[in-house]
Amino acid sequence: MASALAVLATVLVIAPLVAIFIDLVYKGASSLDLNFFTKIPAPVGETGGGMANSIVGSGVLLGLASLLGIPVGIAAGIYLAEYGRGTKLSTVVRFTADVLNGVPSIVMGIAVYALIVAPMKGFSAFAGGVALGIMMVPTVARTTEEMLLMVPHSIREAALGLGVPTWRAMLSITLKTAMPGVITGCMLAFARVAGETAPLLFTAFGNQFWSTNLNQPISALPLQIYVYALSPYDEWHRLAWAGSLVLIALIVIAVSLVRYVTSRGVLKGAS
Amino acid sequence: MRIQEPRTPRAAAAEPAGGLTPVAVPAPASQIRKFLQSRGSSSLADSTFRWLMVLCALSIFGIVALIATELVSSSKLTLTKFGMKFFFGSAWDPVNADFGALPFIYGTVVSSLVALVIAVPLAVGVAVFLTEMCPKALRGILSFLTELLAAIPSVVYGLWAIFVLVPLLRLYVNPLLIKTLGWTGLFVAPDFGIGMFAAGVILAIMILPIISSLTREVMTAVPHTQREAVLALGATRWEMIRMGVLRNARIGIVGSIILGLGRALGETMAVAMVIGSSPTISKSLLAPAATMASVIANEFAEAADDTYRSALIEIGLALFLVTIVVNMLARLLMWAVTRGAPARVT
Repeated sequence: MASALAVLATVLVIAPLVAIFIDLVYKGASSLDLNFFTKIPAPVGETGGGMANSIVGSGVLLGLASLLGIPVGIAAGIYLAEYGRGTKLSTVVRFTADVLNGVPSIVMGIAVYALIVAPMKGFSAFAGGVALGIMMVPTVARTTEEMLLMVPHSIREAALGLGVPTWRAMLSITLKTAMPGVITGCMLAFARVAGETAPLLFTAFGNQFWSTNLNQPISALPLQIYVYALSPYDEWHRLAWAGSLVLIALIVIAVSLVRYVTSRGVLKGAS
Repeated sequence: MRIQEPRTPRAAAAEPAGGLTPVAVPAPASQIRKFLQSRGSSSLADSTFRWLMVLCALSIFGIVALIATELVSSSKLTLTKFGMKFFFGSAWDPVNADFGALPFIYGTVVSSLVALVIAVPLAVGVAVFLTEMCPKALRGILSFLTELLAAIPSVVYGLWAIFVLVPLLRLYVNPLLIKTLGWTGLFVAPDFGIGMFAAGVILAIMILPIISSLTREVMTAVPHTQREAVLALGATRWEMIRMGVLRNARIGIVGSIILGLGRALGETMAVAMVIGSSPTISKSLLAPAATMASVIANEFAEAADDTYRSALIEIGLALFLVTIVVNMLARLLMWAVTRGAPARVT
């Protein structure tokens, strides 16, 4: 009886996932064509058109976000694992990172709006990148810390014993040993922000045309899906499904890659 | 992803670490000194690096502080104009610049509660199934699937909810609920499909993976001796799970539920797409409503005047504070569990 309930719960949980994937593949693949990847959105009423500008826009935003978020996150992780081990400050930083991880993305969006968009008097790709970059920091920092803690002390000691300066030992020996794990963390953070819409609504804003200018509004896949999903046109709904399929495919590839890498061992030299 | 092996001089330093060559070819002392200096061996480089790392760690505080100050300074207009009345007023009238956040607070609380009521029993069920009875081969696949569920972007959930879930609810589920539970007053016509209940259901689907994976984690942290002790006393498997596992893991389970709640409170896109965005409080769950996050997403772009924008930012500030408190609570509970728990037995 109890076992039946638990099995039933599992089936109920898996059902929506399967449904979402079937719908995505069924509705998305049928409207996916070359135009989707090469054309910009068509005006209302015309068929055809694609999301090429959104795909490029997402790339620009995510590149900017990674550029800002990953170095700061890794550095914070190095502090937590190497310098701050056991100190009060590191406990507080760790706790703050966890809390920051739980701040709703829409709040991040309006904070960056108030910080960058309002003073600069205009939506911009730069603001969108900053919002996404901030969201990456806590995840990257925490996974980097966890991975560095797994590096055996003997490796650090060996490096230091050879007269390698501390900073050099951390970067070239400790961090390098933990690299596959650190990359995993970065990919997870990347996959998470790749699908974010809320922080981009009032920062990157969206754009119907080609743009790679950091000072101009820029389009992004999730934003375009949102706009098209709420539109009253069947043609746009079709594109929204196709866009979702592409977005999910990108994220699933990233996550599976991460699982593949981690299943082959998190650490390179520590066996 | 294999990183390229270091080249000559560095390789000499790294190799003994891997324990490959016991002794490298000895080099003249002056050459070593020169090499070390060329590699930045100085106390200045070390302390610069150290402070750089500390600075980056402190930037996490900076980010939180910056968010807080920006939100406060941008919502000063309504903070001073309405004061605490802002959170108890139910008028939302942008034309006459009269703002009260009560409908949105109500919407956030109720939609999250609906989500928890649906998600918690299912999540605990899944966790029990995965830790206690699932065959090993299936466990990997199922946990991968639930992880995947967590990786789907909010906006895709919203898209699916609009075109699949809402019609499903309108045609099959809601008429049934009206017929059977209509007397409670929670499910009464008119039914548009979109509304509070649809938002609650999609939220439940979204927070399920978080709750179930964290619950699974605390359940595996319960030592096997507990299970064996209960079984040895003649308990059935279900009694063992209830008394030996769930009871021991209860604080952690509560922590994971609160963490799920934190996610549900702040969830924006999927909710904004199906809740119907109407600033009203109605008892029926089938009526359109709005949450704190959804009203920001739906109205911020068209908020032309300063008071309107300030009111929306103040809602964001309230959401920020609430999620921080909820998350702190959850983390403290989880930390208490994982720190007090004995070493994980797998």
